[in-house]
Amino acid sequence: MANSSHGPVLRHLGETKLELGPVVPDEGSWSRGVTEDGILWLVLDHGESSLNTVSRDVIEGLSAALDQIEREIPRAIVIRSGKPAGFAAGADISGFDDMGDAGAVDLLRQGHAVLDRLVAVDCPTICIVHGAALGAGFEIALACDWRIAVEGASFGFPEVQLGLHPGLGGTFRLPALIDPTEAMTLMLTGKTAHTKKAKRLGIADVVTEERHIGAAVAAVVDGNIHRDGPGLKARAFGFEAARNLAARQMRSQTENKAPKAHYPAPHALIDLWEAHGNDPKAMQTAEIESFARLLDTDTSKNLRRVFILRQALKDDARGEDGISHLHVIGAGAMGAEIAAWAAIKGKTVTLGDVDLDPLGKAIKQAQDICKDKHLSDHETRDALDRLMPDPKGYGVARADLVIEAGPETPEVKEKIYAGLKARMKDDAILATNTSSLQLARLRDVAPKPAHFAGLHFFNPVSKMQLVEVIHHDCSDDAVIRRLAAFCSRIDRLPVRIADYPGFLVNRALTPYLMEAMVLMDEGVPKEVIDSAAVAFGMPLGPVALSDQVGLDICLHVAESLKDNLDKPMPEISARLREKVDTGETGKKAGQGFYNWSHGTPRPDAEGGPDDLTDRLILPMLDACVECLRKGVARDADEVDGAMIFATGFAPFRGGPMHYARARGHDAIHDRLKELQAEHGPRFQPDPGWKDL
Amino acid sequence: MIRPVYLVDGARTPFLKAKSGPGPFTPVDLAVQCGRPLLARQNFDSRALDLVILGCVNVLQDEMNPARVAALRLGLGAELVAFTTQINCGSGMQSIDTAYRYIREGSHDMILAGGAEALSHAPLVLRRSAVEWFGQMAQARGPAAQAKAMTGLRAEFFKPIIGLERGLTDPITTLNMGQTAELLAHHFNIDREAADTYAMQSHHRLARAQQEGWLDDEVMPAFDRDGGVHDHDDGVRPDSDLAGLSKPKPAFERPHGKVTAGNASQISDGASWVIVASEDAVEKHGLTPMARIVDSAWAALDPSVMGLGPVLASTLLTERHNLGVVDIDLWELNEAFAAQVLSCIAAWDDPDFCRAVLGLETAFGRIERDQLNIDGGAISLGHPVGTSGNRIVLHLANAMKRLGKKRGIATECIGGGLGGAMMLEAV
Repeated sequence: MANSSHGPVLRHLGETKLELGPVVPDEGSWSRGVTEDGILWLVLDHGESSLNTVSRDVIEGLSAALDQIEREIPRAIVIRSGKPAGFAAGADISGFDDMGDAGAVDLLRQGHAVLDRLVAVDCPTICIVHGAALGAGFEIALACDWRIAVEGASFGFPEVQLGLHPGLGGTFRLPALIDPTEAMTLMLTGKTAHTKKAKRLGIADVVTEERHIGAAVAAVVDGNIHRDGPGLKARAFGFEAARNLAARQMRSQTENKAPKAHYPAPHALIDLWEAHGNDPKAMQTAEIESFARLLDTDTSKNLRRVFILRQALKDDARGEDGISHLHVIGAGAMGAEIAAWAAIKGKTVTLGDVDLDPLGKAIKQAQDICKDKHLSDHETRDALDRLMPDPKGYGVARADLVIEAGPETPEVKEKIYAGLKARMKDDAILATNTSSLQLARLRDVAPKPAHFAGLHFFNPVSKMQLVEVIHHDCSDDAVIRRLAAFCSRIDRLPVRIADYPGFLVNRALTPYLMEAMVLMDEGVPKEVIDSAAVAFGMPLGPVALSDQVGLDICLHVAESLKDNLDKPMPEISARLREKVDTGETGKKAGQGFYNWSHGTPRPDAEGGPDDLTDRLILPMLDACVECLRKGVARDADEVDGAMIFATGFAPFRGGPMHYARARGHDAIHDRLKELQAEHGPRFQPDPGWKDL
Repeated sequence: MIRPVYLVDGARTPFLKAKSGPGPFTPVDLAVQCGRPLLARQNFDSRALDLVILGCVNVLQDEMNPARVAALRLGLGAELVAFTTQINCGSGMQSIDTAYRYIREGSHDMILAGGAEALSHAPLVLRRSAVEWFGQMAQARGPAAQAKAMTGLRAEFFKPIIGLERGLTDPITTLNMGQTAELLAHHFNIDREAADTYAMQSHHRLARAQQEGWLDDEVMPAFDRDGGVHDHDDGVRPDSDLAGLSKPKPAFERPHGKVTAGNASQISDGASWVIVASEDAVEKHGLTPMARIVDSAWAALDPSVMGLGPVLASTLLTERHNLGVVDIDLWELNEAFAAQVLSCIAAWDDPDFCRAVLGLETAFGRIERDQLNIDGGAISLGHPVGTSGNRIVLHLANAMKRLGKKRGIATECIGGGLGGAMMLEAV
């Protein structure tokens, strides 16, 4: 359970004391100082946020510093961040949108010129990286001669996730420094290279602890650090034929993960390297042009929008949660995952269940998540120490938050809540993880209705970021705020939702899943259905997704929606009931509509009726409009965020509401009318379309 | 006026019989497994504890000062002092004894005192000759010197010694613990059948206690990383009978010995904690004590008859408080060996022994079987050496409470020639 809270000695000393050489940080983004032996230190501390971003301000500050350096060349230059959290997170993307094509190219040219000057300085330049050096931050580091990584440092180019590629010289400086295939892989996948890997690849020249930074800088300046030149492979890629061959492989691998039609950026990067991989100057010019082009694509705009939606959901959940001890009731798949995840993220967790076996399985599951998340041995030990199986329910009396993840029957939940009365702390919160029952049905049997809410996690909790925080007519606002803050503390994204059948996500998703089954009943092969959805941009087709969610749960939610909504829903397929009856409940059973013994099914089939995609996607959009009309979600952006982070709704389309806006609200309304005429009242457009 | 000291609560892991290879838990893992639920069921914040003491004999290299490692892993904070005690088989009682004295003296108010041992993790030890060879290899410089050192390699170097075997051998007399029990059996005329009968009762008593739920608040299930759940002392054999017990050959002195694997304690992994508190702490946190610690004592005797340690240590207590055999309602006398327990009972009932050794005027008296180890003991449960002393105090308190008994003694023999005893009184 080793606690993250330090004792008074370490609280006083602080966990890390950054070596800033002669620099006494002042107000500006860059502070400078010169040591007695003539080494210039430049310390970057930009803005109020805990991480540096590379803005116009930062580039201009560096340019000013270079003016002085060029007048009087120091013995060496050391560049590092003065923020304890890390080096720099990348460019300030909120600034991108205001820039037209020309503006972006201007700024990029300016940035390139500054970094070119840094490269040209006639003395050793050393970048010290602690924490993350991402995007433009990484590019500043690459413009230095040497990189000293503090243990824990990481380097990466996440630009592809925003529909871009590196734009400040990364596309030619990284392949020049390390094995070009490794460089391309980093840029194409957006994955970060952690300290050890960074050293192995040759990104970091020295790896050391913060306390030895002074000595490491001296070693570099004194010429005591050596590195190997580019290998045979790197030289081979100087030839166009070698690059042609490699590029072909990269293209086909990239196409599998990120089809060019939806995600142009990685493909543009491959083109760049293939054409100019042997000519940094040409590559630089082409990089700027290509970057500016990508900035203007819908994909990049939408992906940047997703980034900002995520930020907004996070910002909305700031503040103290007042929750140090979590008690979870029910060690089923969801309860166990919630408990494990919260423990991994530092909460003290007790997991209650009347049976011992599921508690044992929960510990195994927690260990598997730790492994999956690459936790070290001692991090895993501490997480498991914080997660206490609690067959006797001792944790109820100590918990600040109790999450009930019991069976989905009101009677059982009522019984559980009755047992909690008089045992929970006064200000403790009770949250249910129900996915099919409405809170209105449960709040009166909760120990304190005002302290009762919904906390709807998605499966698997360790991968799905969204959590619906659900309030009902007598929830206390402070309770909802604490729950949102709790989600944020355990690194999930909360969205505040009003009590409604299926809440938001299941309300919107269920028609999509049920329509797929109707289509199957009409004789369309499941592979064709799923391929159409994937081609639209969904991460999984509806049939595979139903299997993954669990067919029993799908059935449960579908039935409850059918009973509680005014709108007609697709008929529940008899085949779904059969599957559930025979225990073929999907992924967890190894067999649902698909066989899961060889992992996630990824069908690739063509054909099907012309209106296939619209029949799947438009009901989802219609349900989102209904939820907005009824105030289930606060605004369209939150709907988009929720659907993207809970279901993976095509992120390059910016979310369902954004997609509807782009295609035209009237056009969708009319298309629904057509589908209604052909297939029945379940496609009748929501009255809310008129008010958008 | 002496400050009264209370046992407030306690819990342990199941004792897990050592099978082939190391078990799923280290000593500290075990201490965390039972420490978490024990602390979770208290109505006070764990930060109210002001010391952690843990008995442990076979400390692992990765867990030096296991008390401190356990305290940190239990989330008790950087500022809590924790130390480990070692007096061999009495270590888990030594921790309570130390806690008792600190609290009585007034320097502390609430102490977590335990014992933890994972005998299945006892290391394989290299022979001294092998260690020396490795040393020479490491120092050899250059291929010639290395080749020369290499020639010293002997096949026996690869036959490691099991550390546990060494630990269970008295270094002074070179007698194995089982042999000391053979010696007592000889002196006190304990035959194989008496020892086997005693062992059988131990199993039956533990099985009954498990079945009746008498251990439910004492034994906390342990959960390993592979999903395994360990919810009871797994060395128990509910259907143990004399026919079965008569089968195993003598374990230590063949072919004529009387001590077998069946009538000796089992080699096990387990941990146990109790919370010891002052009257102030009891009042401040509104606690309900299980029992009051009246006194404790340690005694020493010849290592070759270490099994009589309980007789010497317990009699110090009864004499100090002017009590006789009738005044002690319940006894937990650690079952190192059936023959050793029976020898203790015989010694107390022997006027000559009591006069000559204990300085009594006559025999101390007969301790009846229904007052002694009423819910089984180390023969059925196992004997994780650093833990047993803690477990018998905890279980004595629980048994006294269950049966409404007034006074009891928990006592153990200690390899090397020692005995420890602790007296509890109902509150």
